[in-house]
Amino acid sequence: MTDGQTSLGMPQLPAPDYPAEVRARLEADAKEIIARYPGSRSALLPMLHLVQAEDGYVTRTGMRFCADLLGLTTAEVTAVATFYTMYRRKPSGDYQVGVCTNTLCAVMGGDAIFEELKAHLGVGNAETTADGKVTLEHIECNAACDFAPVVMVNWEFFDNQTPESAKKIVDDLRAGRPVEPTRGAPLCTYKETARILAGFPDEREGAVEATGGAGPASLVGLRLAKGETSHHKIGHPRGEAAGGEGE
Amino acid sequence: MTLAPELSNSSPEKLLAPVLSAFWDQPHSWTLETYRRHDGYEGLRKALAMSPDDLIAYVKDSGLRGRGGAGFPTGMKWQFIPQGDGKPHYLVVNADESEPGTCKDIPLLFANPHSLIEGIVIACYAIRSNHAFIYLRGEVVPVLRRLHEAVREAYEAGYLGKDILGTGLDLELTVHAGAGAYICGEETALLDSLEGRRGQPRLRPPFPAVAGLYACPTVVNNVESIASVPAILNRGKDWFKSMGSEKSPGFTLYSLSGHVTSPGQYEAPLGITLRQLLDMSGGMRAGHRLKFWTPGGSSTPMFTDEHLDVPLDYEGVGAAGSMLGTKALQCFDETTCVVRAVTRWTEFYAHESCGKCTPCREGTYWLVQLLRDIEAGKGTMSDLDKLNDIADNINGKSFCALGDGAASPIFSSLKYFREEYEQHITGRGCPFDPAKSTAWADNHKEVTA
Repeated sequence: MTDGQTSLGMPQLPAPDYPAEVRARLEADAKEIIARYPGSRSALLPMLHLVQAEDGYVTRTGMRFCADLLGLTTAEVTAVATFYTMYRRKPSGDYQVGVCTNTLCAVMGGDAIFEELKAHLGVGNAETTADGKVTLEHIECNAACDFAPVVMVNWEFFDNQTPESAKKIVDDLRAGRPVEPTRGAPLCTYKETARILAGFPDEREGAVEATGGAGPASLVGLRLAKGETSHHKIGHPRGEAAGGEGE
Repeated sequence: MTLAPELSNSSPEKLLAPVLSAFWDQPHSWTLETYRRHDGYEGLRKALAMSPDDLIAYVKDSGLRGRGGAGFPTGMKWQFIPQGDGKPHYLVVNADESEPGTCKDIPLLFANPHSLIEGIVIACYAIRSNHAFIYLRGEVVPVLRRLHEAVREAYEAGYLGKDILGTGLDLELTVHAGAGAYICGEETALLDSLEGRRGQPRLRPPFPAVAGLYACPTVVNNVESIASVPAILNRGKDWFKSMGSEKSPGFTLYSLSGHVTSPGQYEAPLGITLRQLLDMSGGMRAGHRLKFWTPGGSSTPMFTDEHLDVPLDYEGVGAAGSMLGTKALQCFDETTCVVRAVTRWTEFYAHESCGKCTPCREGTYWLVQLLRDIEAGKGTMSDLDKLNDIADNINGKSFCALGDGAASPIFSSLKYFREEYEQHITGRGCPFDPAKSTAWADNHKEVTA
């Protein structure tokens, strides 16, 4: 769309292959992925993550690569790549900011956060800021409802968000300031995240232990059971705004 | 709500029973070292001393039921695997936790991934499997990191790989990240996805126990189910059965969320009530009352404040007209518009419908159109019957349980809150202010009070 070309609905020519050295490098990774499975086709989902780690989205070249290595047609690969929401179909930003707007987070403030971010960044859903830094999306329930409202950046948890805290995150990301999640490792780029998803462990020092153990909400039941605190003092796990309430 | 007086029989020490979560507050809780300090891999030693058949019988006798929502007896699932058939057997752990409201497996794996790995080794020994898979939803990279590390540690320590603990048992464990599709939590769709296909459910029979992954006998179990097995082996089935009820024995994770004072994980014997959980944890947020809640995620019919004393076990919730599901207790107070909540859930189901069967694909689409109109004040009274009718055409007539799940919030909200739908129609719009429902809505008030 942005290149000004109009699609005439004609079949496209086959995608070009990767340059030889890129292909050699990706082939080595792909073979490692394929070796994890009794049936080679099982490697397709991780290999599509691998393609995103290379290109930032699922390119036609990337799909051709998957098809070649797994003995599939590009149509079969495309059918899979378009089924799953984590595979991007166009170039996007270094940081994917996903605001949960499923019912519980939406009600708890996710809708307000998403509206504020759209206005603040001047982009709509699944659009990228002009500097190429931030792609804004609304996402579905991310299994952190006890930390609602939740924002995910490159699939790291930012718990108990407010419109103000979310705006600060995107401002920091765009300014190149370091941003750390509530639960998860210091942010890496979307491409680096995709490589972890392809099954290659995060090699960064301290990435596994970053932000420590279970989040505060995960521990409230345990603390009560141990008699460590009465409910008067559980306070509010929801960040600074309500933190003083129980003290 | 008000603060309760002194602790009585609602004392959390009595009512809660942290097992899986017992040491989540310890430093480096996710490491092998910490796990070992808390009886980690002791259950495995006891399991390996039994014959596989005795082990299956033991887990069956414990009464452990699947924690992924359906409550099917775990030991029975294992027993269905044909033995001596000459085919490879597989264990696939369903870690695709995506049901709206459900948030138990992800914190469990973040805080203590080894309990799952130990359970996997035990289960694979029982069903004679040499290759297991953890299908983790992709959108939780912090958890993926810790699973990668825990699996590495387990291989290094000899709990995975060749000749585990000198018993001759070989086991490979592959961590597989999904790519964003709720339907892959359905076990046969998960298997198709794990085979590198679009995640669409399969026709059953054949069941996965006969023809699952690569058409081989396969057990698909939820994370919490498998992670509960080591403690049962280590502390005994009688200990396990001393908790909960005869038909729903044991402990489980309840996830409290929404307009409550203390959202979070509460591990307790099956059968605790929402009233007990709220009483011990400070109740609903100050100045508000419970309006509706889900016992086990958005796919389980909603409850109201009439159901505060329903025992949260499989039978109790079933008898009250819903399902225990994933024990995702999403609590909404009186500021919340039911129509808005149901519309959003329905949009979710329409987005996640895989498209394989017509009732679900078309039905969820049309439900969304009707609900959006009603929420925007453009509905008519006949739309309410139409909603019910479409939901009825999805429920029980779709290919898999996603369709049934989509119908649940429609039926139950119309049952308990039909008047509120009517208000949207007669009043030509939504009578609620969404700003009052937010987590920060009352902050300003509290400061100035």
